[in-house]
Amino acid sequence: MGLRKPPLHETHAERDASFTEFGGWEMPVEFDSIRTEHAAVRESAGLFDVSHMGEIRVSGPDAAELMGRLTTNDVAELDPGDTQYACITDEDGIILDDTVVFRLPDGEEPRSSKDGSAVDSGGDPQYLFVPNAGHDAEMYTRWIEYRDEWDLDATVHNATEEWAMLALQGPDAPDLAAEATDGASRDIARFDATFLDVAGVRSFTSRTGYTGEDGFEFLVPWDEAETVWSAFDCQPCGLGARDTLRLEMGFLLSGQDFHPEDEPRTPYEAGIGWTVDLDTEFVGRDALERVDSEGVDERFRGVVLQQRGVPRHGYEVVDADGEHLGHLTSGTMSPTLGEPIGLGYLSTEQAPPGTRVRVLVRGEPKQANVVTPPFIDK
Amino acid sequence: MSFDVPADRRYLESHEWTTTDGDSVRIGITDFAQDELGDVVFVELPAEGDEVTKEGEFGVVESIKAVSDLVSPVSGTVLAVNEELFDAPELVNEDPYGEGWMIEIEPSDESEFDDLLSADEYRDQIE
Repeated sequence: MGLRKPPLHETHAERDASFTEFGGWEMPVEFDSIRTEHAAVRESAGLFDVSHMGEIRVSGPDAAELMGRLTTNDVAELDPGDTQYACITDEDGIILDDTVVFRLPDGEEPRSSKDGSAVDSGGDPQYLFVPNAGHDAEMYTRWIEYRDEWDLDATVHNATEEWAMLALQGPDAPDLAAEATDGASRDIARFDATFLDVAGVRSFTSRTGYTGEDGFEFLVPWDEAETVWSAFDCQPCGLGARDTLRLEMGFLLSGQDFHPEDEPRTPYEAGIGWTVDLDTEFVGRDALERVDSEGVDERFRGVVLQQRGVPRHGYEVVDADGEHLGHLTSGTMSPTLGEPIGLGYLSTEQAPPGTRVRVLVRGEPKQANVVTPPFIDK
Repeated sequence: MSFDVPADRRYLESHEWTTTDGDSVRIGITDFAQDELGDVVFVELPAEGDEVTKEGEFGVVESIKAVSDLVSPVSGTVLAVNEELFDAPELVNEDPYGEGWMIEIEPSDESEFDDLLSADEYRDQIE
């Protein structure tokens, strides 16, 4: 099977980006250097092409019920233009994916030039959610199957290849966005979203991100991505910097920090129990209620190495006697701190924050401290 | 993009280079290799006196995004290691053929050099 390509693939290639396969997409991993791109986002601004993220739109009279029963958070809380982080769990409460759910603003159809679906919202709430790379087809099918099983009246549309997604992140992002939107972006509060003209292109714009910095994410019609991409005069950034930035914040990476087969975890283990509203009905709720009352044996933590080495996915964590305490799921050399940092699942009882542990780096125990992410002050 | 491949040294397919100075052979990684790795953040090297073997791993170089084994082009005994790299691993990116060198060895079998690539042969491989 060939790799899916974002609409700006050629633009990135001309800019000498290097590419990587991620979730079935061929995406830019590095434009200049991870360190340069990372620093730009922390100190000024960086622009990412994250078109590998999925977009699924849910509308119709039962849209709210369908969204609510397939995500862990309380969709009913959302007003038009609100966003919400949530998990999608199976019957056992295991995270299949994490996602951001948008309730679309009333009165405007999120319609790109390639979108052939006919939708009349008729005043019902409409939603758009963003599954991670490579999960869009699976989630589309999941939504359709449950809709039919529950006999709900809702339209589900996979718009992943109709929308490019660009992320403008960093302390200078608000000024850059304001220039491209005639100031309109200044009215968007943190975690809110609306339709705006960005460089003249109608884009669904949210004040969200995955870096810990202020910034925006733009859903742009696929064919007009170039116009919006070139509207911002700042450092282009690849998935490499996106990974180091999210790692410093302790943000989870779907498929790596949790995975239904390789790393099956509940939201409570993954440290995002706050996305679970047990007062709502959803797939996995009953299992999660039991987990919530019983507690978890392992929890998602951070480690900071005190010795030379770089923590990586899969490395074991032990105590001074070599007894197993857990393992890491992500790690890097933090560009901001200049320290080796890791994320992973450690024994709740034996390795709480503050514990001194050893990370086995190619079999060699390296001293490390357990911390609660984020690793940097944000 | 074109990469620096100095003519005064010999190469291994896995992107290490060697230069000979009297009885000692210096080993490092190529400009192409450092560019592929990106920002180098950690280098693990053997100790003086350790034995290395032709095409055997003698250490590890890690960038922010990747871990890569270092492969010895020839067999021998380690005479010196570039300890500067422990505090300044970025030298591998900045000066891969100079200050970014990794180890010096005393080779044990001169005939092993015959298997190494010339600069032209190595350039053909990466271009």
